[in-house]
Amino acid sequence: MSAITADSPSAQVPESKKPGLLKRSWDKYWYAWAFIAPVVIVMVVIILWPLIQGIFLSFTDASEKNVAKVIGGREIPATYDIVGLKNYVDVLTSSTFWIIFARTVVWTVVNVFFHFTLGMILAIVLNRALTGRALYRALLIVPWAVPAFVSTYMWRLMLTDTGLVNSIFTGIGLPSVPWLSDTNWLFISCILVNIWLGVPFMMVALLGGLQSIPNELYEAAEVDGATPWQRFKYVTVPGLRTVAATVILLGSIWTFNMFAIIYLMASQGQRNDIATLPVYAYDKAFTGIRQYAISSTYGVLILSILLVFAVFYKRALAKQGEVW
Amino acid sequence: MASEAVVQEVATGEASTKKFRRRDQRSPLASFALHFGLFIALIWSLVPPIWALLTSLKPNDQAITTELKVFVEPSLNNYTYVLTETDLPRWFLNSVIVAAGTMVIGLFLSATAGYAVSRFRFPGHKSLMWSFLITQMFPMAILIVPIYNIFARLGLLNNLWGLVIAYCTTAVPFCAWMLKGYFDTIPIEIDEAGRIDGLTPFGTFYRLVLPLARPGLAVTAFYTFLTAWGEVAYATAFLTSDAKKTLAVGLQTFVGQFKTEWGYLTAAGILVTIPAVIVFLLVQRNLVAGLTAGGTKG
Repeated sequence: MSAITADSPSAQVPESKKPGLLKRSWDKYWYAWAFIAPVVIVMVVIILWPLIQGIFLSFTDASEKNVAKVIGGREIPATYDIVGLKNYVDVLTSSTFWIIFARTVVWTVVNVFFHFTLGMILAIVLNRALTGRALYRALLIVPWAVPAFVSTYMWRLMLTDTGLVNSIFTGIGLPSVPWLSDTNWLFISCILVNIWLGVPFMMVALLGGLQSIPNELYEAAEVDGATPWQRFKYVTVPGLRTVAATVILLGSIWTFNMFAIIYLMASQGQRNDIATLPVYAYDKAFTGIRQYAISSTYGVLILSILLVFAVFYKRALAKQGEVW
Repeated sequence: MASEAVVQEVATGEASTKKFRRRDQRSPLASFALHFGLFIALIWSLVPPIWALLTSLKPNDQAITTELKVFVEPSLNNYTYVLTETDLPRWFLNSVIVAAGTMVIGLFLSATAGYAVSRFRFPGHKSLMWSFLITQMFPMAILIVPIYNIFARLGLLNNLWGLVIAYCTTAVPFCAWMLKGYFDTIPIEIDEAGRIDGLTPFGTFYRLVLPLARPGLAVTAFYTFLTAWGEVAYATAFLTSDAKKTLAVGLQTFVGQFKTEWGYLTAAGILVTIPAVIVFLLVQRNLVAGLTAGGTKG
């Protein structure tokens, strides 16, 4: 039972009958594998198996008409056919995909840029000795704590034609803005909401990073006569790099996959004009005629985009000498 | 390396002529600017929930008026209405069941794996770490259709436990990833001491490491709970009957094609938010450490 003895069995085996690599490996690591077994089994059943199914569906013409279903207790088998790469050709040659792709990139880049910049500014401010720092910190985190679907409704309330924001706008002499009725403005509104709820995570993460930079480095810089800007450039920035790299990757992926805000901000009719890839894929599968195959194709493409992004990101970091 | 560069710049003589200010010194004007900036940030962060709170106290039919009013006959009528006349309590219960179920299953399954990845260098260690990371990247778009179709065959649609299974697709790898980060912070000497005293790897984990990781477990649990609490996509696609809806789906019924019941919606929204915010403020300090630590100590 004890794993300390894991190496001993191989010593007792006669020279002529050395156990295979697998056997030795098993003796040595069986307990590690026992530890990970539950997760591996569950991940295979509820992630890998559906993933394979999803990839398979993207090569078929599955829709709500021909998938397997149960109607009145009677099981109706699936009747869809394999169509090869047709879905991929259709999707990648359609302008719809590229428009939505471009929109998703804009969505992600703009959001992450503002998340990071605003989060960084707040983190730097909160990292200084300041009266009421703990209170500021606690209150500034509230947007992260509010469930995203509630935040969306809170903002919709403020952005209606005669809502709080437009009342303030007209009050100070600005024209009122069709935040929710015009789809271009609606997309901007969605970005606004997402910036609102994404900044606190960056702020707290970067603040943690700032606080982990040893104070001695700043003191040494001061002794050397460095100006505040030099201290920021040569102490803060290098010290923050690992944390920043991690939060930007996480933030990009979360933002790219963000569903609730866009889905709940827009009415069904508007959604086509502001959908990002995940929202569009969802609508293909669950709104109107259910085109499971096309939706799966989008799903596979989204996953591929994210994987390519992550690999490039990791490589770019490695080039700069990160140990990550 | 950093200080060398500083020395170089200083040596050019440019910096030494500038007015020198130490880090802990600040002019009153700068102090004012800092507080003013933070005050703007506070307004930006807090106005949406505060406005929702104020709106929830107005009569439902006067929640939006052409002329802006902060108070209109303030009362708790909207709260009474959503708690007694709608299915909100039912949705609340459903959300608690789903979120708690996801939390317990996610944590229970992933704790040992997080420990193994943190401590043992077994073959497959690297690829398991990667699969935890990559599955967190999985958009719901890739899994939702196949899971929907599998559930349709198994009769798990419109079923709270089906939703728990669907949430576990993100919760299990997420918990394992988070917990690995927390286990990394527990010194390995503790494990070694346990092993010398004759504990099996399982005993070490269960009797020594797990109790020490309790704060990490709590944070991971709460965060998993809140993620499930706020999930929209799966819940909207899977839950169809009123009695099975979670809050994220149920609240959508207040938003009509032409008219939104703002009074009820904001009252319900505030009720949903209060527990989440309280829990969040309690755990947030330890949360971010876990989210980012997993990545930095590969």
